[in-house]
Amino acid sequence: MIESKKKIEVPVMADLFAKGEKPEYLLWVGSAGAFDDRYKKVTRAFVKILTHFNISYAVLGIEESSSGDVARRAGNEMLFQMQAMSNIELLNSYEIKNIITCDPHAFNTLKNEYSEYDGHYKVLHHTQFLQQLIAEGKLKIENDLFKDKTITYHDPCYLGRANGEYNAPRKVLDAIPSKKVEMKRSKSKALCCGAGGGQMFKEAEKGDKEVFIERTEDVLETNADIIVTACPYCMVMMTDGLKYKNKEEEIKNYDIAELIEQTLEL
Amino acid sequence: MINSIIFILLWIGAIAFFTWNVKKISRNIKLGKSIDIKGNKKERWGLVLKVAIGQSKMMGLPISGILHILVYAGFILVNIEMLEVMVDGIAGTHRALSFFGFLYPIAISAFEIFALLVVVGCLVFLVRRNILRVDRFWKPEMKWWPRLDANLILITEVVLMMSIFFMNASDTILQLRGAEHYKEVGSFFLSSFFIPILNDLPNETLILIDRTCWWLHIVGIMVFLNYIPYSKHFHVFLSFINVFYTKLEPVGKLANMPSITAEVKSMLTGEEPLIDENAEEVSFGAKDVKELNWKHLMDSYTCTECGRCTAVCPANLTGKLLSPRKVIMDIRDRLELVGKNIDKNEIDFSDEKSLFDYISAEELWACTTCNACTNVCPVNIDQVSSIIELRRYIVMEQAAALGELNAIFSNIENNGAPWQFAQDDRMLWADELYVNTKV
Repeated sequence: MIESKKKIEVPVMADLFAKGEKPEYLLWVGSAGAFDDRYKKVTRAFVKILTHFNISYAVLGIEESSSGDVARRAGNEMLFQMQAMSNIELLNSYEIKNIITCDPHAFNTLKNEYSEYDGHYKVLHHTQFLQQLIAEGKLKIENDLFKDKTITYHDPCYLGRANGEYNAPRKVLDAIPSKKVEMKRSKSKALCCGAGGGQMFKEAEKGDKEVFIERTEDVLETNADIIVTACPYCMVMMTDGLKYKNKEEEIKNYDIAELIEQTLEL
Repeated sequence: MINSIIFILLWIGAIAFFTWNVKKISRNIKLGKSIDIKGNKKERWGLVLKVAIGQSKMMGLPISGILHILVYAGFILVNIEMLEVMVDGIAGTHRALSFFGFLYPIAISAFEIFALLVVVGCLVFLVRRNILRVDRFWKPEMKWWPRLDANLILITEVVLMMSIFFMNASDTILQLRGAEHYKEVGSFFLSSFFIPILNDLPNETLILIDRTCWWLHIVGIMVFLNYIPYSKHFHVFLSFINVFYTKLEPVGKLANMPSITAEVKSMLTGEEPLIDENAEEVSFGAKDVKELNWKHLMDSYTCTECGRCTAVCPANLTGKLLSPRKVIMDIRDRLELVGKNIDKNEIDFSDEKSLFDYISAEELWACTTCNACTNVCPVNIDQVSSIIELRRYIVMEQAAALGELNAIFSNIENNGAPWQFAQDDRMLWADELYVNTKV
């Protein structure tokens, strides 16, 4: 078997459209996926997976703008709707039907909230997309990189409670040879990482603890080696929590896409 | 005869007063803005069956869930006996339904068992609240009245049920002694255990006990019925309606603001906004109860202050001021006051106060919108929705968002991301990206 490195030129919607091509999926990168150093790695991992499976996709590139989720939840409905309507105008101009995103907040907003303003799309969270690949038999993991590792999964609120998706990420994890353990608070009872609703961008109100520390303690209780998340905010919070507890060497923090990237040796 | 008249008059009075209070609550709820509740009736009735009648979400905490089902089902079943009480009370008969023969003592014995379950449930609840002091019943918003209210309900239910036992026990003794009016209808299962306590008493005293308990039970029910509109116990009626009007859309979807849609559309297209002359929406977000919608207001009257929401709220768990239960209780308390002001003055009376005199910005900003509260609420209250309406007012009407949030708003406006990065840099993540391929 010969291994070689192939450079990925990420397809941009405007370019494809100019050539009269229509990709099957739009990959909504999201502001965190584009700008947050840690989550950029997740975007890159997921794009490698898309490339590996020859998925027809494109990104909006520099035309993409904030989905407006955080503005809306912070009470700025005006700004949210301006973002929503201009994004929808762009998405509709490219005749986009299917969207994938690694961000549960964008997932929720694009899927549930844009329909009010004539934005009707079939939106998949990347964990749902990966689960589809597994169900179709395309994604098989034989690599035993994580065989001796114990993995615990943190449910992002906007994938779980907000949209009832608890199974897809767990099914993807089940496809990776490894041990799994649930936290005492999981699925619909999962504790928030503390970053939603605008909290990511502000100091916490006065209290006796940070939410992400409370959640990190749930993680530590499981004795897991790896904490897996599927959301850019949860990623930041869990990373901070592990640092606070001086556990960042012992416990690794990955997005599901990164585990797949590693097991497929991409 | 005179007893029958008193009985009928008491009932008319009790029902009239109850109706008067319910109408007031209904008027208060209708002070809220109208909303278009979407979704089919079949799904809504399904929810009522599962969540309200079936108490499915109560089982999230199994101990209080099971006890609550005992009290709830027991209380309803015991009150089937009210049918006989009504007949006896109006017609002046005694145990009118005993013509059912051998079925009668079986039925009464069954009711006694249900009554016992109610007593047991209520006693355990009292212990949990007052002796074990379960944390959620001792949060700061559980001041003297909410605590007393809960205890009064539980004690009243115990008294009502105990009156059945003493009534039935004295009745049984009187039957055995062949006292006048006390025809033999058979013995009852549980109250027979009370016979030794009463057995030495003369007939006159037993008749007095029997009649006192009968009247205590019936007047107790009337008083209790009329206490409910003043109490968190109103959930026994409203929970069914509130669950029926549950938002059927995905939990994560926030309510749209059509007035803003019109404005933003005109900004984007440069056309004059179409102004709907009949639109009720005057402010962005909610400052007071009248700017919330009627479902928010119904939520507040449905709340039974169980505190399950607060017990799972990440902000509250980490010592922040926010308690979703308090937000809902504050909305109700404010609405009650607004209602009283309307009674005293006129419909447009304003006391220069608002919800912000009850709920602080510090509480509102601590919410992560994680929906843990809405997920556990046994009666499907949407706490997040009310919090967002208040946030909307702070941000859009008062222009008083936190500085950090104003910063992300201007970043989103200027460069399309909450962070201060140039929009042209949105593809930098894709630089020098390679994938391993196996040939």
